[in-house]
This record gives sequence, structure tokens and C-alpha cells, in this order.
Amino acid sequence: MKKVILSVLVLSLTLFVSCGDKAKKDSSEKEKVKEEVVEEVAEVDPMQNKGIGPIKSVTLAAEVDKDLAAKGKEVYDQMCSACHKTDKKFIGPAPKDILERRTPEWVMNMILNPDEMVKKDPIAKALLAEYLSPMSNQNLTEEQARAILEYFRTL
Amino acid sequence: MKTTFKSIVLLLSATFILSGCGNNNSKSAGNDGALRSSKAEKVYVAPGEHDSHYAFISGGYSGNVTVYGLPSGRLFKEIPVFSQFPTSGYGYSEETKPMLNTSFGEIPWDDAHHPDISQTNGVLDGRWIFINGNNTPRIARISLKTFETEEIIEVPNSAGNHSSSFITENTEYVVAGTRFSVPVPQKDMPIAEYKGNFKGALSFIKVDPETGRMGIKFQIMMPGFNYDLSHPGRDKSHGWFFFTTYNTEEANSLLEVNASQNDKDFIAAINWKKIEEYVDNGGGTKMPANYAHNVYDEHTHTATSTMKKEVLTVNPADIPGAIYLLPTPKSPHGCDVDPTGEYIIGNGKLSADLTIHSFTKMLDAIENKKFDGDAYGIPILNYEDVLAGAVKSGGLGPLHTEFDDKGNAYTTFFISSEVVKWKVGTWEVIDRKPTYYSVGHLTIPGGNSRKPFGKYMFAMNKITKDRYLPTGPELEHSAQLYDISGDKMELLLDFPTHGEPHYAAAIPADIVKGNSQKIYRLDENKHPYAVTNQADAKVTRNGNEVHISMSMIRSHFTPDNIEGIKVGDKVYFHITNLEQDFDVPHGFAMIGQNTSELLIMPGQTKTSVWEPKQVGVWPFYCTDFCSALHQEMQGYIRVSPKNSNIELSWTLDGE
Repeated sequence: MKKVILSVLVLSLTLFVSCGDKAKKDSSEKEKVKEEVVEEVAEVDPMQNKGIGPIKSVTLAAEVDKDLAAKGKEVYDQMCSACHKTDKKFIGPAPKDILERRTPEWVMNMILNPDEMVKKDPIAKALLAEYLSPMSNQNLTEEQARAILEYFRTL
Repeated sequence: MKTTFKSIVLLLSATFILSGCGNNNSKSAGNDGALRSSKAEKVYVAPGEHDSHYAFISGGYSGNVTVYGLPSGRLFKEIPVFSQFPTSGYGYSEETKPMLNTSFGEIPWDDAHHPDISQTNGVLDGRWIFINGNNTPRIARISLKTFETEEIIEVPNSAGNHSSSFITENTEYVVAGTRFSVPVPQKDMPIAEYKGNFKGALSFIKVDPETGRMGIKFQIMMPGFNYDLSHPGRDKSHGWFFFTTYNTEEANSLLEVNASQNDKDFIAAINWKKIEEYVDNGGGTKMPANYAHNVYDEHTHTATSTMKKEVLTVNPADIPGAIYLLPTPKSPHGCDVDPTGEYIIGNGKLSADLTIHSFTKMLDAIENKKFDGDAYGIPILNYEDVLAGAVKSGGLGPLHTEFDDKGNAYTTFFISSEVVKWKVGTWEVIDRKPTYYSVGHLTIPGGNSRKPFGKYMFAMNKITKDRYLPTGPELEHSAQLYDISGDKMELLLDFPTHGEPHYAAAIPADIVKGNSQKIYRLDENKHPYAVTNQADAKVTRNGNEVHISMSMIRSHFTPDNIEGIKVGDKVYFHITNLEQDFDVPHGFAMIGQNTSELLIMPGQTKTSVWEPKQVGVWPFYCTDFCSALHQEMQGYIRVSPKNSNIELSWTLDGE
């Protein structure tokens, strides 16, 4: 008798397990996510990294365009100065000498596409981990971001 | 042994049943489980996907409008309209207080009944929603760009503003009809002298086609009946407006008996184009009035209230040929016009049948003077000469009818708790489905326009009882969603609704969602105290009035240390959210403030007043979780004694 019951139990278990395929897949996906979480930030050469976003290439003239930089300062003062001071760390990093540390494309993509940058770009990810306040998307146009970049060259 | 065997069989069957993996998509109609799962699929909106329709449901005694998604029945927003709303600071902030101004002063509440979406050529255009305040007569206009109330106009000479706020098919007018007749102008007189002396004002409010701004063009001073609901003519009958009436007995007490004496009341047919022409040519009488017109300016983020002093009235006797009465059994509630504009349906709430009048027959009866007497000089048309037919449904208490795109109509029956589907033109009943319980109104997206979108219908029920987990004596009302794409209505979903939904308007999401605004642009912010650049934050004193122009961004206020405030000061916090990204609001709350918080959208400025009563150092903070450093978003204000001479100072990070 006991045997019969046992075999019934085994049968039931088998039936349950056959439903477990999906659950297995879920857990393996979870593991993958876990792996991603502890993923080491890949070493990148910041001066080669253009970031992720609409800006693929920027050519900087040898001379700073003063009018464009003045326009950039205006936009920066209104849209950025709540979190950035030009020469010292504030809510976010200081933009002084930024082009010695980053490519112009990276800077503009960080301004225009911060949400995706802090998710996917290794440098932006590391910055978010350091500062914790996310870079705000201030909905600037490419022209405005380009003007801000020119202003940064004057700092 | 037998028992053992039995238990093994039981165990086995249980196992088999349990091991159905839940992916049973079989559509066999005989299997209730399968039926349920196919219904579930019809209302299931997967995570991250959008509903196909918006439903805007009135909150009745909440004074507001709620926004739901269909088919999921999920609540997306409560839009404050006539009631203070501490969640956002509506009616508490200095900018929005004027929205609730009336000739009776500031009123923090109303009873919001019938939303109607703006139309162009008889088709929903999704620009604005109008809704009436029933208690202190008002009409509000909500922008479907911002989903915020932009304008409220008070309606003078009116009381119980119920046959409102329905719009003509190009949004030329929004109408506001009075349910309770009153003396016009108001005066001290015996109530018993109601009959023949009270008036029912039907107001036609012109809507600016560009801005939506409202202005009362004329009020028709009708006999002292109760004007219950209304709808515009459409297509062939465009230019007319139809109002149901009850209490044609003109009773002033125990109306449930005394206003239910006549077998037939009336549907009033108003040729508004004719009356418009009459007033455009100098017709009508101007009379003194006092009513508020409140407008919210999207650039200054501020409402202003203006008192209007005059209104143009029209006496029906002065414009023969513009107004007729269609006899309709009995105390009709809903007044509905089919998509072609030919049929005017009177939902006689005390009659078993629906009465359908023909617009064509009505014109013929007018032309051939087929009259059956008059009421106060307004011709009554012969019942038989205007009647197109009747729906003999067997239901009790018909209230409201809307239409699909296949020539069918759907009527709610309050007393028999059901929705009845019938064929327009043949009047035959096709289907009926119970509602749970005591249904009031129903809604089909576009169901009161030339172009209904006939996939869904929802019924708004008055009684919930056992449909949900009990929550003490007070229950939310229950709406029910039906699929009406087939011959038979199919009940898909119950969902709770907030307040008392008297009525709703629904629209395919695609018409609206692309225009929905994401942020307020800082460079368009013209608020006089806006801080669009953190460096401009400041504090100024003018006598005992202190103005703090403050900015906020993830996650700090500027300034966040303020000194030099004194007991007895009146402190205005003008706070601008410097964010320019979608869905990053910040909140503001100040300890001991005798008002609500502020919830400030990106690029927006709002103002709150605080009158400090106690010496000390008092904190304020952000109420809306905004970033990982939200808990750090706070500041302090030092309050010194009244006679102290501490100078005003304000800093952030010591600067």
C-alpha cells in the first residue's frame, strides 16, 4: 500500500516538474541579470569614447567662437548652474578642462542623452555611481549643447 | 483497501487537475475557465503597454474628473476642477485660488456631473473637456494638452446647473441649463408663488475656436420647469438643441409626488442658430448680473478671476419660431440624439418605454402648425405628429442612451438594473445584460457624436454592495466594461470609480496622447516670481510681506537656509522647478503651514503662503521622491521675534 501511495506521489512530482521549464528559464535569466549587476566596468580610453546618442562627430575649430561661447554661457547659466559650478565639484562634476578628459561628442551626448548614457556608457555609469544624483535631461537642442561645449572651451 | 484505492484515485485526479500549467488558451465556450481567460485577455494590457482609450469620468460630489484607461480600467489621474486638491495644491496655491472664486466668494467644492469632449464637424477632436458644476452653477474647461483645468465660468440666473455641459458639433457653444428654476432676478418672495413666476435659464456659452475661452452669449428665460439633460442636434439637425424637462407641473414641494402627475413632460427644441442671429442683430435684453470668470494663464502659471456685471437674456415670446415643446412621457432624464441627427430620444425615467422623436417630422409639424396648445406662449407640437416610434423593452426606469457605429443604441435602465441594446429605426430589442447594480449612465467612446467608436461601452452603477471587498459602510461606485463589437454585449470587467460618476466621455487614445504636454518650458515661464536661473533666487521684504523666490532641482532647494523672518510676517514661497525632463516633479511642504503642499511640475512655478507663529528654526522639505538624495532635499528657516532686527539673508552651501 505504502508503495502505491509513493508511486502516486512520484507521478505527481513528475507532472509538476514538467511544468517547471518556464521557471527554470526565469531563474537562468535572473542569474544573467545578476551577472550584469556585478559586471566590471570595462576599461575604455576616455579620449576615444564618443558616448551614446545623436552626436557622432564634432569638429572643433582652432579658435574659440566667442559669440557661440557667449550663447553657451547663457544656456549653461539657466539650465545647468543649479547642479554644476564651473571650477569645482558641486551636485555634479565641474566642466573646467572637460575636453582634456572627454571627447566633444561624449560631452554633447551626455547633455542631450543622459538617461541612456548613465545606463550604458561606462564612464557615465561610473560618474552616476560616484555622484548619485543623476545628470538631468534639460531637453536642450543640439545647437544649445554645441554652444555649451564652446563655452566649456573658454573655462 | 477500498478506501485506499479511493484515496489514490482522488489523489491522482487532484494531481492531474493541479498540473494544468495555466496556459490553457482553449476557447471552448462551454468551459467557464476558458471563457474567463479569454475575457481576461480582452482587458489585459501588458506591463509597459498602453490602453487603447481614455475615459474621463465625472466625480460627482468629489468635484473632480478622473482619467481611466480602457480596457484595463486603470486609474491614471484625478484632475482637480471644482474642489480643492491638497495632492497638488490646486485651490490652495496662490495661483489656483482664483479658479474657485464665485459671486459667493471662494467655494472649495462642487458637484461635477457631465463631461463632454470638444468636437469638430461632429467628431471628437480631443482638445478640451467641458464639465459642469451642479451646485453653484459653473462650467469648467479642461485642457487635454496639460490635463489641467484652464477656465471656470460661473452661470448667473441658474440653479442646479444640470442640463450641462453639452457642446454643439463644432464646439461653437457649450450649454448650461438650470435644473431648479428660480426667481430671475433673485428676490425675496413666497416659495408658494413659484408657479408662473420662477424661470428656467438655458445659457449658451460661446467658445473661442482657437483658445477655448468661454463667454455667455445669451440666456433663454424659459418657463419654470426642471431642465434635466440636453444634447445638440448633429449633422442634419445641427443648429438645434434639445432639453428634457420634468416638473412641468411647476410643483415647489414634495416633487417626487407632485412633479410626477403629468403623463407627459416635454423635450424643448431650441433653434439656437436662429436665436444667435437674433442677438447678433441686437435682439435680447441686457440685465445686470454678477458672476465670476476665472482663467488660468499657461505662461504666467497663474489664474485671475474677473467679475462680470451683465448678461444678455432672451424672452421666448420675443422670438417666435425658435422654440417648440415635444411632449415626452414621463419625467424624461437623458435627452440623446443619434449619430445621423434624425432621432431625438427621450429616456422617460418614469415610463417603461423609450420615446423617439423624428427631427424630420418635427420640422414638418412646425411648418404645418400641428400644434397642441402652448405653454407660456411656446407652441407644443402634436405628440403623434413628431413621434418616430417607441422602444418597448420591458425594462424599467430608462435613463440614458448612447450609440455605436453600426446603427444600434444602448440604454441604461436604472430600476431594472440593465443595459438594453436596440436597433435604431426598427426599435427592436437585440440584447440585454444585467448591471451590478442600479446603473445610471453609460458611455461609448464618441457615443454622442456623429462618429461613435463602437468597441467598448461602460456602465456606471450607483450601488456596489457585494461586488468588491467590503470597506466599511462607504464603497466606491462600480463601473462595468462591456465589449460591444459583436451582436451580444459581453461583460468584461468591473472597476471601481471615485466619487459618484454621473457621466463620462471617452475617446481613442491616439487622438489625445500625441498632444499631451510633458513639461513646462522654462524659457516660456512668465510667472512674475519665477526663478529660471538658480543664481536669481532671492528673498525680498516689503513691510511684513516676505517673498521667497526659490528654485528646486534634484535634489536641493535654492536657497535652503533663510534668516531674518519674523513672527507675524506673511511669507510667500514662490517655487520654480528647474527640471526640464518628463515626470520629475518636486514637492514642497513647510512645518505648521495652514495650507496644503505644493506639487510642482518641471518648469512650473507655484506659490504657497506661510504665516509663522512661533519663534524657532523650522524645516521645509520636498514631498515627492525625486532621486537617491531625496531625503536630503530640505532646508531651514529661522523665525525671530516680531521686534528683532536680524537682516534678511539666504544661502545655499554657505554662499
